Order: sequence, then C-alpha cells, then structure tokens
Amino acid sequence: MKLTGAQILLKCLEEEGVDVMFGFPGGAVIDIYDEIPNSSVEHILVRHEQGAIHAADGYARATGRVGVCLVTSGPGATNTVTGIATAYADSIPVVIFTGQVPRPLIGNDAFQEVDIVGITRPCTKHNYLVQDIKDLAETVKQAFYLARTGRPGPVLVDLPKDVQNQVFEFDYPETVEMRSYKPTKKPHVGQIRKVVKLLKKAKKPLFYTGGGVVTSGSHEELTWLGQNLNIPVTSTLMGLGAYPGDDDKFLGMLGMHGTYAANMAVAHCDLLLAVGARFDDRVTGKIDTFAPNATIVHIDVDPTSIQKNVSVDVPLVADCKSALSALVKEVKPTMDDFDWTKHTAGWVRKVKEWNETHPLTYNSDDKVIKPQYVVEKIYEITKGDAIIATEVGQNQMWAAQFYKYTKPNTLLTSGGLGTMGYGFPAAMGAQKAFPDKLVIDIAGDGSIQMCIQEMMTVVCNKLPVKIVILNNGYLGMVRQWQELFYEKNYCETCMDAQPDFVKLAEAYGAEGYRCTEKDKVESTLREAFASDKPCIVDIRVEKEENVYPMVPAGASLTEMLLV
Amino acid sequence: MIMSKHTLSVMVENEPGVLSRVAGLFSGRGFNIYSLNVAPTLEKGVSLMTIVAEGDDNIIEQIVKQLRKLVPTIKVKDLTELKSVEREMVLLKVNAEDSKRAEILRIVDIFRCKVVDVSPDEVTIEVTGDEGKISALVNLLTRFGIKEIARTGYVAMQRSMQIDL
Repeated sequence: MKLTGAQILLKCLEEEGVDVMFGFPGGAVIDIYDEIPNSSVEHILVRHEQGAIHAADGYARATGRVGVCLVTSGPGATNTVTGIATAYADSIPVVIFTGQVPRPLIGNDAFQEVDIVGITRPCTKHNYLVQDIKDLAETVKQAFYLARTGRPGPVLVDLPKDVQNQVFEFDYPETVEMRSYKPTKKPHVGQIRKVVKLLKKAKKPLFYTGGGVVTSGSHEELTWLGQNLNIPVTSTLMGLGAYPGDDDKFLGMLGMHGTYAANMAVAHCDLLLAVGARFDDRVTGKIDTFAPNATIVHIDVDPTSIQKNVSVDVPLVADCKSALSALVKEVKPTMDDFDWTKHTAGWVRKVKEWNETHPLTYNSDDKVIKPQYVVEKIYEITKGDAIIATEVGQNQMWAAQFYKYTKPNTLLTSGGLGTMGYGFPAAMGAQKAFPDKLVIDIAGDGSIQMCIQEMMTVVCNKLPVKIVILNNGYLGMVRQWQELFYEKNYCETCMDAQPDFVKLAEAYGAEGYRCTEKDKVESTLREAFASDKPCIVDIRVEKEENVYPMVPAGASLTEMLLV
Repeated sequence: MIMSKHTLSVMVENEPGVLSRVAGLFSGRGFNIYSLNVAPTLEKGVSLMTIVAEGDDNIIEQIVKQLRKLVPTIKVKDLTELKSVEREMVLLKVNAEDSKRAEILRIVDIFRCKVVDVSPDEVTIEVTGDEGKISALVNLLTRFGIKEIARTGYVAMQRSMQIDL
C-alpha cells in the first residue's frame, strides 16, 4: 500500500498502540494534521508546546507507556526543549515528532527553521532527522524501541515537510535490529549471589530506591524483599510509591529534605542497596560522609550511573525488575533455615525509634493554614487513591513528605531537572490516560503561572484536573534559602502581585475556590474534588513556612535542620 | 588520582551527526579531549574514531561508559590497557635558509621523515610516528623556526599479539 509520509507516520503510531498524542499544529506539520481525522490516534490540542511535552511525559509516568507529542518546526520545536530535558533527567519514555522545513531549505535559515536535532542532542536519549521516506517507518519503530528499553528516555524525530509528502510503500518492521544498541537487562548471577551473601552478613541493611524501580515496574519484588527480609526502605523523590508509603518499614524520602530516620539510617547502615537510583547530589549531601560505614550495592540498568558519584562495592548492571526478581528467587530457598526477621530486628527497632523521636512534623497553628496541613488533608480525603502531580519548590517537597504514596506511578514530579510549570500539564496527560481517576496538581503560586494557559486545554477536553495552590505569595523555596543562607535578602522572590486565581479559573470556564481559613480547608477540598470540572483551589497558607528537615547544600546528611 | 592520557578506539555507525554527538559528550560533560581522529573503515557504514582523552581513572571510566551509552556507538576499546600501535602524521613547515638546510635534511634522514615541499627558504616535512618520535623531532626543529604545523591526531590499533615482556 503506497502512502504519503504523513499517512505512514500515523499508521506507525497506530501500530505502536498510541491512542493519544499531545500537540500543536503549524506550517511544517500541516500535512500530518491533514491526516489526523483519518486516524484512530486522538490528538489533544494544547495551548503551548511546553504543555504538549509535559502532558506526554505525565501520560507516560502515569501509564508506564510511551508518551507522544507532535509539534511544528522552529519555535514549535524549541518550545518543547524544557520538557524534553525534564523527561531526560527523569528517564521518561517520550517520543517527540517535530516538523522541519523542506529538505532543500535545510541549512538556509528558512522561515521557522531551527536545527532541533542539534539543539536536543544533549537532552534526548537519541534523535533523528528523517532524510528519506524509505527510512521513516523504521525510524519511528526505533524511536519507540529506544524510548522504552534500557534506561528509558525521550527520543526526537524531525520530519522535513517534503518527506511528509513523499509517497512510499508502507511496511512496518516487526522487530528492531540495531547492532550498536543492545542494553543489558539480565543481572550477572555471580553478583546476585554475592548480594545474598552480603545480606546474610549485614546487621544493618537499607534499601535506597529510586525512579528505576517505578519505571521498571519492580515494586512488587521490592516490597516482597523489604517485608520478608525485614529491611527498612528509603526512597528518592522519584522512587516514591515503589514501596508502600504506609508500611512501617518505610522511612520516607532521604536527602536534602529527607526524614530524620532516613538520613540517620543512611549514616549508620552497614549495607546500602541502591536500586534504580543514581546518588544525586540532592540525595547524598556531602559525598565523603554519605553512608560512611556501608558496603554499597548498586543496581542500575545504566552503567554510567554506577561509580559516577560514589565508589560502589558490588556493581550490578541490570534492569531493576530482573535484578530484584533474581534476588527474590535466590533468597526464597533460604527463608526456612535463615531467620531474616530476627537477623535485622535490632536495626529495624533502632530505625523505628528514630522515626518516633523525630517524625515529619510542623508547628501547627489554629489561625493560619499550614501548607503541610493541606497536603495531609488531601491524603486523608483521597485515602492515597489519587494521582498527584506537583510543581517544583516547597509545594513539591511538602507533597513528597506529607502524602503517602502507596502505589507506583501515582506521583508525577520533575525530580532531576526541577521544572517549574511541569505539574499542571503533566496532570492533564495523566487525566487523559485515566479519565475516572482523581488527578491533583499540588502547586505553588509561582510555578502554576508558568503553564497556566493549559486551563483552556483541560476545560475543552473535559479533563477535570484539580489544581491546589499552596499560595504563600512567594517563590517559597528560594525565599527559604534567602532566609537561611542570605540574611533574609528576599530579592525578587515576593510574588504578592497575583492574578485572582478564582476569576482566572472562571474565565477559562473552570471552577475556582478560595480558602483562607483553616477550618474550611477540608470542606473546600472535598467540594472541589467532588466536582466533575477542572478546578483551581487557591489556598492562602502561612507566608514564611519552611520545608524541614533540611540538609544545607553540601553538608552531611546528619547535619539536619529540624523544625 | 593521577591524570593520564588514554587512547580510545571507538567504532561508530557512520551516520549524520555522530561526530557531534561524540564531541558534544566531551564538551557537555567537561571531559578533556586531546585529539580526535575519524574516518570510515572497511565495513560499510562504520567509522572508527581514535580519541585521546585526558583524565584520572574515574573520568576515563566515565568517558568510556558514556561513549558506550551513545546509541550509534558499536564498540569502545581503551587501547592504553593493551599493547597497541599508535601513530600520528604531522606536516611541519620549517625555516631553511641555505646555511641551515643541510643540517635539517640530516635530521630528516635520521628520523626517516620525508621532505614533501621545498622553497628557497623553507622545507615542509612529513613525519609519521608515535608521541616520542614526534616530540623529539619537533624539539630538534624548533631552533630553526617552525612556521606552521598540522597534525592529524593519533590513530591507533591493538597489536595482534599481546605479549607480556
């Protein structure tokens, strides 16, 4: 069957099982848009290309599938760069299709021409410029394969306008053969046995888990290991939800805003099992004093993550799921003759004690609304059964600390890049994937204004995303740093000139709520969550509340500022 | 950690942008590159890069791993850990007035170089060799005045027999 490039592209997407893509049309992709009505792939029209890429990313995080985004050349393409870098930093599978000027014009500074392949080279897992229609189908096949295998990530495919018009026989390849790309998946058996030996020897083992556990879908294996081997678990921001957040062996997040118990456990453990985590500086603090007494096992599908920041005793290059299942298989026969629970009982008791003496807390106040209180209420109302997206800053840390994530893929947050404006469009993508789920964006008044235009997208697509703004009139996290380390020089972090968020929501056709009293928080949230429309809930919280505990940048994890 | 030079042999898919991916990896991650040489191999669609990079053991390990992570990379070998042959070709344009010419030609002879261009007051010399030979020659010719130098960067290959002496 002979088809045009545009038709071939849409056929490929159908073959990949893509049901929805997020995009924005333009001259260089008009031929693809011309074919969309004939395709089963649904297109969601966003209001800014940054919204499209974040939505595709949110869709990918919530579903575990590949998110897809389609934009035009030049500014359309460059507007996605922030979102591509966001997905790259968090290893999220997304495929981005960009239009490009016709081949004869490439390199001539044509209208809306930009070298997007060059621009995105450092922030994509791989990217392509399709130079010939005969390569199109195979390129798309490879793009999806690369995006979701190995360490997942964004892949960009740049499509010149004249290639979209060329005609060629459509034939979608069944398999991908790339001699240069063969990601390791299976763990080395010898290394697995070594880990089991270390586990039997260790009196104070600790799991330190990251986004890799979520991405690889190995939460069941992790949970089994934690519970049956009686090993406490601490998680990075990206790993929240991989281990049930309400389990008594879960210590919460570690690192800069980690819990006292988690950071003390890292400082005192004798065996640290890092799974799908990359020893980010926000996690380790001062590297020399990170897990100083521990033998370190590091499981990661990406060899570059191993030995990059810390020296590792047992490296294990493998997909987290196959590594953890191999571990489960290896320890199961020992369950009868080795008392794992008794083995680590003292340690688990110690860790619980830390948790009890220094739980996550805040000074509650009867008059002003504390942001942590709002997050606690959201958890209570939803009973943890919601998809939570966050913006970036204090709102993100409170959402990580005071909401218990019991299932994977329920927290969508920009961990690696820290992209303000991420949460709302990501929530939109997740809501599209799960129309019946409650999807909440926990936002700050600063971040939400970075992609607020997507209000129109959620309204016209009937995506009832709930935005809860923890409104303190500040760029709160930077203000917190200014307070603690810059002698309260609140330079340019005060955001008291704000839109009326309620009217703003109403202007777009959504619902707006405002809450200024503590005793109204719960009822306002309930009302908003019960609505079948998108809502903004503007909650005026304590203006100068800080995120605690806090490890100052570059300090040791044990040097925590507590409440 | 001690900084040292490592010669890496990197086999890549010969596709558009691959050089810029490799070079961008070095610049983007702050790795030091000493020389980089790239040309097609006998195998269709495959190019060989010889990269001389500088760093301590950790940095070199990261460079090797990051190179392997690039999608078009087929194979990365650190030749420094192996017995290997390394060669660079250099063209040198040297001041050579009549009174100095005989001596320069003697040096050319001793080093088994070639004179590839002559004018009344200059000679251009082609030399191929490893780092030691080239720096020795450059040192000897400096006093005559080297007017121009063009170097290819190293090409290298693992020796067939890895004999430990």
